[in-house]
Amino acid sequence: MAACSVEELLAKAEQEEAEKLKTISVQKELDLDFDVGNLLACDKNRIESRDFKEQKKEDFLRALARDNTQLLINEIWKLPTERVEEAIVAKLPEPATRLPREKPPPKPKPPTKWEQFAKLKGIQKKKKTNMVWDETAKEWRRRWGYKRANDDTKDWLIEVPQTSDPNEDQFAKRVQAKKERVAKNEFNRLKNIARAQKIKTPGVGLLPRPKQSKDELSRAVSVAKTSTASAGRFQDRLPKEKPPKNAGKRRKFEPLIGDFSSEKQKQLELLKVMDSKRPKLDITKAVNKQMREEDREEAASKKKGRKGGAAGRPKGKGGKGKGGRAGGGKAGGGGKRRGKPGKR
Amino acid sequence: MRPLTDEETKAMFEKLSKYIGENIKLLVDRPDGTYCFRLHHDRVYYMSEKILKLATNFSRDKLISVGTCFGKFTKTQKFRLHITALDFLAPYAKFKVWVKPGAEQSFLYGNHVLKSGLGRITENTMQYQGVVVYSMADVPLGFGVAAKTTQECRRVDPLSIVVFHQADVGEFIRNEDTLT
Repeated sequence: MAACSVEELLAKAEQEEAEKLKTISVQKELDLDFDVGNLLACDKNRIESRDFKEQKKEDFLRALARDNTQLLINEIWKLPTERVEEAIVAKLPEPATRLPREKPPPKPKPPTKWEQFAKLKGIQKKKKTNMVWDETAKEWRRRWGYKRANDDTKDWLIEVPQTSDPNEDQFAKRVQAKKERVAKNEFNRLKNIARAQKIKTPGVGLLPRPKQSKDELSRAVSVAKTSTASAGRFQDRLPKEKPPKNAGKRRKFEPLIGDFSSEKQKQLELLKVMDSKRPKLDITKAVNKQMREEDREEAASKKKGRKGGAAGRPKGKGGKGKGGRAGGGKAGGGGKRRGKPGKR
Repeated sequence: MRPLTDEETKAMFEKLSKYIGENIKLLVDRPDGTYCFRLHHDRVYYMSEKILKLATNFSRDKLISVGTCFGKFTKTQKFRLHITALDFLAPYAKFKVWVKPGAEQSFLYGNHVLKSGLGRITENTMQYQGVVVYSMADVPLGFGVAAKTTQECRRVDPLSIVVFHQADVGEFIRNEDTLT
C-alpha cells in the first residue's frame, strides 16, 4: 500500500512536472521575433479564423497572449542576470527596433545676416585652431574666452598716443570699447533670433500690442520727432500739442551765490519787459468809465424830464462817443477804438 | 536751494504784480541791503544775502526754511502765493479792501467776503484784481481776489460775494504743518 502510494505520489509529481514544463514550453509553427531590449515579441503565426470563431473570442485571445508572453519571458531568462537588492535582474541588450519620432522634426533655421552675406560673397568658413601662441605669456592660450591670448584690456602699460587728450583714461577707454562690442554682438544675436522666429521688434518706440500706454505713445512720438536732421527743432506741432518738456536733458541752474547785482539787473529787466507788454488801455476800464458816464447822464436826464431827456440822449451819446474815443486816443493804446478817432 | 530760472521768476512776478503792481521793483532793489529769491523744495524764499550765505551751511534735506516763504510752485509749475508773503504785500498793495468787524472772523476762518461785510474798497478796482484785505483798524488780514468791480459792488445785493478768499492770517494756525 505504501509503495503504491509512493509510486502514485511519484507519478503525480512527474505529471505535475510535465504539466509545468508544458506550460513553460510553447509550441509555435514559426518562431517569434524578439527585440528583448524593447521587450518586444512579434508573432508572425497565422491565426486560423476557424479557431477564432470556434472558441469564445476572449479565451482565444487570452491564451494567445499568454503563450507569447511566456515565450518572451523565456527569452529574458536566457540573458545574463545579476542580483540587485534581493531581486534577480536581467541585463537587457540594446534595443534593435528604431522607434518613430515623438515630435515633428525641427524646421531649418533661416540664415543669419552674416550667413546670408557669406553665401552671397562666397566666403567659406575657415577652420581655426582653438589655441593660439601668446608671445608675452610664452604659452598656448585660447583664441577667445577665459584667459585668452592677446587680451588688450589686460595690458598693464598703455602708451598714450600723440593725438589723444592727455587726461583721458586709456585703460577705461579699452574696457568701454570692449563693452560696446559685446553689447553690439548681443544685440545682433537677438536680432537674428527675432528675424528667424518672425517676432516683431519695436525699432525704437512701440511694440505691436493692442493697447499702448500713454507714456509709451508720447515717448514714441517724441523719438520720431527728434529723429530728423535738425533734431526736431523745425517740426510742426498739432494745434493742441504742448512743447516737449526737455526730457532727458540735464537742467543747468545759476550758481547759488552768484553775482547779486547781475541777478538784480536781470530781474529788473524782466519786470520792465513785463510792464511794456501789459496793455496801457484796459478795455474793461474804458467800459466801466462808459457805464459811469451813462449812469450820470440818465440821472441828469430823469431830472430834466422826458422831452429834454429824449433830446439830450442822442446828443449825450454823441458827446459820450467823442469823449470816450478821445479818452481812448489819449491813453494811447487799446485794441478796438484805434481806427475811429479820425472819423469824427 | 537754487536761484529761480527765468520762467519761474516770470511766473512769480506775474503773480505778485497782480497784488502789488510795479512795486515789485521795491522788493527786488532795496536800499537797505541785497535781498534775493531762492527756490528750495519747490518753495520760493525771500531772504537777505547774509542769511543766504549762512544757509549754505545746511544740507538740502536738513534745511527746512530760509527767510520768508513767499509761496510755492505746484507740480505743473504754477505759482501759488502763501499767507507768509503778507508782510511784503501789505505795505505795497495797490488795491485794498476793508472788512467790517463782524465779517472779520468769517474771513479769518476761510470764507469769502460778502457785500454785507464789506467796509471800504479802493476806487477803480477791476474784476478779478488781486486785493489785500484789511480790518477796519488797518491791520492786514490776508489777501484775495475781487469778485466784482467797485462799481458793481455798489449795485449788488448784500449776500453776494465781493472778495474771493485766497489766504488769511488764520492759516497760520489751520495750516501750521504745510506752511513751513
